[in-house]
Amino acid sequence: MKWYIIKRLLQLIPVLLGASILAFSLIHLAPGDPARTMAGEHASVQTLEKIREKYGLDKPLPVQYGIWLGGVLKGDMGKSIVSNESVTREIMDRFPNTVELAFCAMIIAVAVGIIAGIISASKQYSPLDYTTMGVALFGVSMPVFWLGIMLLMIFGVILRWLPIGGRMSISIPFERVTGFYIFDSIIKLNGKALVSSIRHLILPSIALGTIPMATIARVTRSSMLEVLRQDFIRTERAKGLSERLVIYRHAVRNSMIPVVTVIGLNFGLLLAGALLTETVFSWPGIGRYVINAVGMRDYPVVQGCVMFFAFIFVLVNLIADILYIYIDPRIKYD
Amino acid sequence: MKKALILILLSLVVLSFSFAGGKQEAPKEQEKAPVKEEKPAEEPKKAAAGGTLVFGSSGDAVRLDPADVTDGESIQRMDNIFEGLVEYEPGSTEVKPALATSWEFSDDGKEITFNLRKGVKFHDGTDFNADAVVFSFARQYDTNHPYHGYGEWAYWGYMFSDIKEVVKIDDYKVKIILSNVNASIMTSLAMFTCNIVSPANAEKYGEDAFKNPSGTGPFKFVEWVKDDHITLERNENYWRAPAKLDRVIFKVIPDASARLLSLEVGEVQGIEYPNPADFDRIRKNKDLVLMSEPGMNIGYMAMNTGYGYVDANKNGIWDPEEKLEKTPGYFEPLTKKKVRQAINYAIDKASITKNIYLETASPAVNGMPPFMLGYNDQIKDYGYNPEKAKQLLAEAGYPNGFEVTLHVMPVSRPYMFDPPKIGEAIQSYLAAVGIKVNFYQIDWGTYLQETEAGKHQMCLLGWTGDNGDPDNFLNVLYGANAGNIGAAGNYAFYMDKRNQELLSMALQTYDVDDRAKYYKEAQERIHEDAGWVYLAHARQSLVFRNNVKGYILHPTSRKFFYPVTLE
Repeated sequence: MKWYIIKRLLQLIPVLLGASILAFSLIHLAPGDPARTMAGEHASVQTLEKIREKYGLDKPLPVQYGIWLGGVLKGDMGKSIVSNESVTREIMDRFPNTVELAFCAMIIAVAVGIIAGIISASKQYSPLDYTTMGVALFGVSMPVFWLGIMLLMIFGVILRWLPIGGRMSISIPFERVTGFYIFDSIIKLNGKALVSSIRHLILPSIALGTIPMATIARVTRSSMLEVLRQDFIRTERAKGLSERLVIYRHAVRNSMIPVVTVIGLNFGLLLAGALLTETVFSWPGIGRYVINAVGMRDYPVVQGCVMFFAFIFVLVNLIADILYIYIDPRIKYD
Repeated sequence: MKKALILILLSLVVLSFSFAGGKQEAPKEQEKAPVKEEKPAEEPKKAAAGGTLVFGSSGDAVRLDPADVTDGESIQRMDNIFEGLVEYEPGSTEVKPALATSWEFSDDGKEITFNLRKGVKFHDGTDFNADAVVFSFARQYDTNHPYHGYGEWAYWGYMFSDIKEVVKIDDYKVKIILSNVNASIMTSLAMFTCNIVSPANAEKYGEDAFKNPSGTGPFKFVEWVKDDHITLERNENYWRAPAKLDRVIFKVIPDASARLLSLEVGEVQGIEYPNPADFDRIRKNKDLVLMSEPGMNIGYMAMNTGYGYVDANKNGIWDPEEKLEKTPGYFEPLTKKKVRQAINYAIDKASITKNIYLETASPAVNGMPPFMLGYNDQIKDYGYNPEKAKQLLAEAGYPNGFEVTLHVMPVSRPYMFDPPKIGEAIQSYLAAVGIKVNFYQIDWGTYLQETEAGKHQMCLLGWTGDNGDPDNFLNVLYGANAGNIGAAGNYAFYMDKRNQELLSMALQTYDVDDRAKYYKEAQERIHEDAGWVYLAHARQSLVFRNNVKGYILHPTSRKFFYPVTLE
């Protein structure tokens, strides 16, 4: 198993290289000039040329790539053209924010999705089944920004139960340690901050969680249905086990493989940024940041972020693959 | 059973958090919330009203060095941390002393000597003096300055190229030496790029100075949580009476609807860029106040008249030896004045302003806002007259119209909220007189590149003024010098020599009446040649809660929170 993990981690190298070349080519092929977006409409030609020279934008593309790659291998992803801050720092300032949100969204999606899927499967073709799948369809069809604004209006403005956006109430003194506000509030024993962070997480997690929720529900349902048709389930029922035990102790665990796959994929996608949710809920995440960077042609940031996302995605799916072993002991990696 | 119980318990716990917080969100006005460093809160010197004002911005700052930014979000924050030698009178572009107490011009108008205010300190405790002034300017123009490499100084080349040098005379006297007489120099010096920064701070932080600002202004920098908020607190050692507000927090709320909702529940006390479609909702809410006034901007459609020049020696001037060349977007019908005038007659500006701008703008007649020096109010607008348009087209040789391409901006700009809609309106108006308009859209950076290179036939664009001087509109946008292919600002490529002569003369005299005279004549010529359809001057709108008093809108859209109090 150890070797399997090491082998998978080694596979990261070609993946990252490929991702970086792809990102570099695409963003450079796109028309548009970062010097222009930085300097604004009012800048003179000389200023633009100076900027281009300073960031090496006037060199041939393969040379620019080589310089950038050389820096990366030394651990330096370069500096953002727009903000002058190191790319690593910019990513680290924002990635924990997205992780916290994605994590909470996945908790909701997984909890609700799996339960909905199980209920649907065990009562197939019942009104409950159709309702659950209907709600799942609704969840995946509703545009996130619309859903977000509706949640804000209902819970934020009309009922005044929850805050409108952001990560925490500004009036609470808070020291950021890791960037995971829940974690930071706990280790600093800051009760007010903990409550505030959780309250701020509720609505965006719900809004963001609806899409994976629908997918997870459907996959759970279909996987369960398949498992429920199998012979060993018939044996269990014949043994006299209660339906509840059959489902929850036996059927569920056997149907989890495809569900874990889907969860892994969705979590990886969410981590790459939930642009719309982050915008509506004013969440300072990496999704919003990288989209802005693309718009401003901030090449180092876009390249750095794409590589970073590729890395995270591979990591998350590796974890999912390892989880298979614990779900199904029959699976072995050499 | 057990699992179900656990689930129910968990949901109850989560649900209880919704009620735990209660109405804590709106910061209590009289309470002094401790700042990040956990220092004991200082008592203000005077009985101040206090309180924290949270302002909902549409985006985060990029950098916090006033000379190194061009975007409104960064400027907002910095205008409350830094100051310059001179500043604008509240709500106008008249200039008054700030860090300089007085100044005088030399006889030839090329040297200005400033007497500096004594006893002013930067937020880091160091003294404000002539060294700081020289530092703040020299790092922008002097390529050998040790701090020159830390920024792009984008505004310098464009607005301040007439400043040759800034020299120290003594600790509280500096001289600015110009290479040419420049009538707009005083208003330009009130711009944010001329704000004075602490040299000691720059030394301490080096290339990180852009995120550790230290100025002389009414508020000092506390913290910057990227993409989330920036906190400023009152400067107790401000050279004027300290501000009334304890703190100003700029909160980033990118979505306009979310911004308004935040304001409605009191999480923020002011917002910018409200959705025009929400104006009714805002007006009906008696807790909110909508502040709106004409902005210093113009939104227009430019028609490529065909010929520009190539600025071979890159001096920004159309020299006699630089010949006119066809622009890439050369289009025969638009080279004819009658066609352009016809297009002007064909478009109903009043309707566009009312229905698309949704009363967030006033129809424009000339290429600069009516409140500026030298505005020619005698010029009669072309008006909406489709019959006249068709007649002129026929006279010009196009009785059946023609097909033309319009560059449409992909982004919302302060002077044009919804370019695609405006493009559609123009398309239908022109269709009614026989002209078929095709749209061309591309991303913003490329859009600017292409229009500057004259690749367009017609394009939508506009301008927000920087300093309140008419030169900043007319000369930058409509003078022949700005018709250089590849870096144009004059997108109609209106190459009239007399027009440029007038604009240049107006810049080189300090006599206000002469300037007005030249500008008025220039506007007549521009209007007659009809290179542009001037659509509208957008209004700037901010919304505040009704307990926010003392805020004054500024024509340049800059935001100053010094006079504000919370009731």
